[in-house]
Amino acid sequence: MSILVNRDTRVIVQGITGRDGSFHTGKMLEYGTNVVGGVTPGKGGETVHGDIPVFDTVREAVEQTGADASVIFVPARFAKQALLEASTAPLKLVVCITEGIPTLDVVEAREALIANGTRLIGPNCPGVTSPGACKLGIMPSQIFKPGKIGVMSRSGTLTYEIVSTLSAAGLGQSTCVGIGGDPVIGTRYVDLLSEFEADPNTEAIVMVGEIGGQDEIAAAEFFRQRMTKPIVAFIAGLTAPAGKRMGHAGALVGGEDETAASKIAKLEAAGIPVARLISEVPHLLSLAEKTLVVKVPHRRVAAQRATIAP
Amino acid sequence: MKIHEYQAKQLFREYGIPTTRDILVTTPYEAECVAELMGLPVVLKAQVHSGGRGKAGGVKMACRLDQVAAVAEEMLRLTIKGYPVRKILVCPAVRIESESYLSLLIDRSTSKIVFVGCPQGGMEIEETAQTCPTSILRYEVPAAILGHLTTDECMPFAEQLVDGTSQAEAVARIMVAMGRMFVARDCSLIEINPLVVEERGVVTALDAKVLFDDNALFRHPENAEMRDLSSEDQDELTAKENNVTFIRLSGDIGCMVNGAGLAMGTMDIVKHFGGSPANFLDAGGSSDPNKVLAGLRLITKDPSVRCIFINIFGGITRCDDIAKGILAAKEQFDIPLPIVVRLAGTNCREGQALIAGTDMIVANTLEEGAQCAVRLGNAL
Repeated sequence: MSILVNRDTRVIVQGITGRDGSFHTGKMLEYGTNVVGGVTPGKGGETVHGDIPVFDTVREAVEQTGADASVIFVPARFAKQALLEASTAPLKLVVCITEGIPTLDVVEAREALIANGTRLIGPNCPGVTSPGACKLGIMPSQIFKPGKIGVMSRSGTLTYEIVSTLSAAGLGQSTCVGIGGDPVIGTRYVDLLSEFEADPNTEAIVMVGEIGGQDEIAAAEFFRQRMTKPIVAFIAGLTAPAGKRMGHAGALVGGEDETAASKIAKLEAAGIPVARLISEVPHLLSLAEKTLVVKVPHRRVAAQRATIAP
Repeated sequence: MKIHEYQAKQLFREYGIPTTRDILVTTPYEAECVAELMGLPVVLKAQVHSGGRGKAGGVKMACRLDQVAAVAEEMLRLTIKGYPVRKILVCPAVRIESESYLSLLIDRSTSKIVFVGCPQGGMEIEETAQTCPTSILRYEVPAAILGHLTTDECMPFAEQLVDGTSQAEAVARIMVAMGRMFVARDCSLIEINPLVVEERGVVTALDAKVLFDDNALFRHPENAEMRDLSSEDQDELTAKENNVTFIRLSGDIGCMVNGAGLAMGTMDIVKHFGGSPANFLDAGGSSDPNKVLAGLRLITKDPSVRCIFINIFGGITRCDDIAKGILAAKEQFDIPLPIVVRLAGTNCREGQALIAGTDMIVANTLEEGAQCAVRLGNAL
């Protein structure tokens, strides 16, 4: 089990004939992802990677293949159109890898997707992987190991670093989600926390955050009020100077709350241990999981009593 | 991308947002001539890319003509938060009945486009937001209709912002214009603080702050033309031209990393082991050897750099391409500094093999690399 994607997810690739789209479709297929089709306007009728059909429109692709998820590699200037097109098809999930999309385009496309009940991951993200089952996006396959840790991150390469550290320590992952580094994104930490909390195969969560925005703090608040599973965090950017855009458009330190130091303080105050070194993450997880073993059975007993009592 | 107030006000006039009739000057003599034509009193405003200029002496009123040149001269000598004042906007002083705050922005906490208003505008708006959050008005607008709002839709918000029906109608017209401008020019912020009602009841934008979305510059060459190159770091501009992100810091360990998050994480770990990063450099997700070349050129330009730490975790990026880029750079220009290279992920073995026979040091993990770089930096 996992969240968002699994073995049964039927995937189409928008921009499948482009340089990145084509290369990573190959990698996704190697990983075992059920890629059922692709979309490139004007190239409908062709096949790629053996027998994968290419369609002119998303609607056609979904009708013909029964796809329920799409991954988008379309260049930034055409991404809004691709996202709006995806919003008109009955897809459950859209993962947008493209970086550098104008923010207004993202806001508009996000609103259209939400109106149609489609979840958007990204943009400007490395994608979603449920190890051993399904990979949508560009994450390097060799770093993963199936297991019970949920990982969510705003960064790409930093996620790879942390996931490979987890795998090396024998801590496999249920699902790893790169939520994207832009100021406006489709899915935030809190949205994923409720999914991870409900997923029976996820036992603990690693949150990889950075300077800018308030999302890590919102996640801490959600954790304090609504979660039973432990979270361990890592926050990048302790040495970042104020007021500078550090590559990610979202990683601009604004007010006091948005520095790495103040985020770390607030997370720790909410009961989320924060690793100062990436190599500390597995150790903190094992400590957190020990407390979990004590915490969860206790709650289950309480819940059962509650149902028996009346 | 930032622009100056005088540029933002030009845009306001273009889109029908009323402003004062200001004139830009660069010398005290020009300021005096303009003030004489304009009539006194005038307000002189330093044109710099920085907030809080009022408190730094960058906004001054002059009531007599002989004051104008003196005030301008003093202002042109100022440096506000690192930005030297080179241009001054001379504005006619207006008699103010009331002042409020109005902005249109993308709120990242909700991912919505929202008008933000406050009936009490002025320099202390951040403070007001803290002490009296109920006085902050919000009006969320769906992105699809932002470019064609109607005054009717804006009236309920406008009526809360200012007193009087005709004034509220004027504010609603301004909001419609802001929406059109926001879409037409791909802004990420339009801020009017203060938006004033003058003695005669006329509504005017006394100040203007506009930010453009960097991601949308490809479809707005007219936005890019407004960039004030003299206000930006030359190395950061060079980096931008080569599609890498570079920010100079004060330390002595040059860092080159792929990906912004890992780049920050790498700086943090260098600091953790007692070193000090000389820069932030995100070489991005690609194997283009030119980026490696441009990055190393920028790092080695800085005389305080004593060691270079290259940390790559290949996903889209292939480590052997990075290694080839480093070797090409060493061939093209002399790098008299120790280089520590850590390669992981896609094609890391091939990359490490290329580095192995050279004088560069190969590290296996991020922490080992950082420790090694700090040690070598200190040893010099």
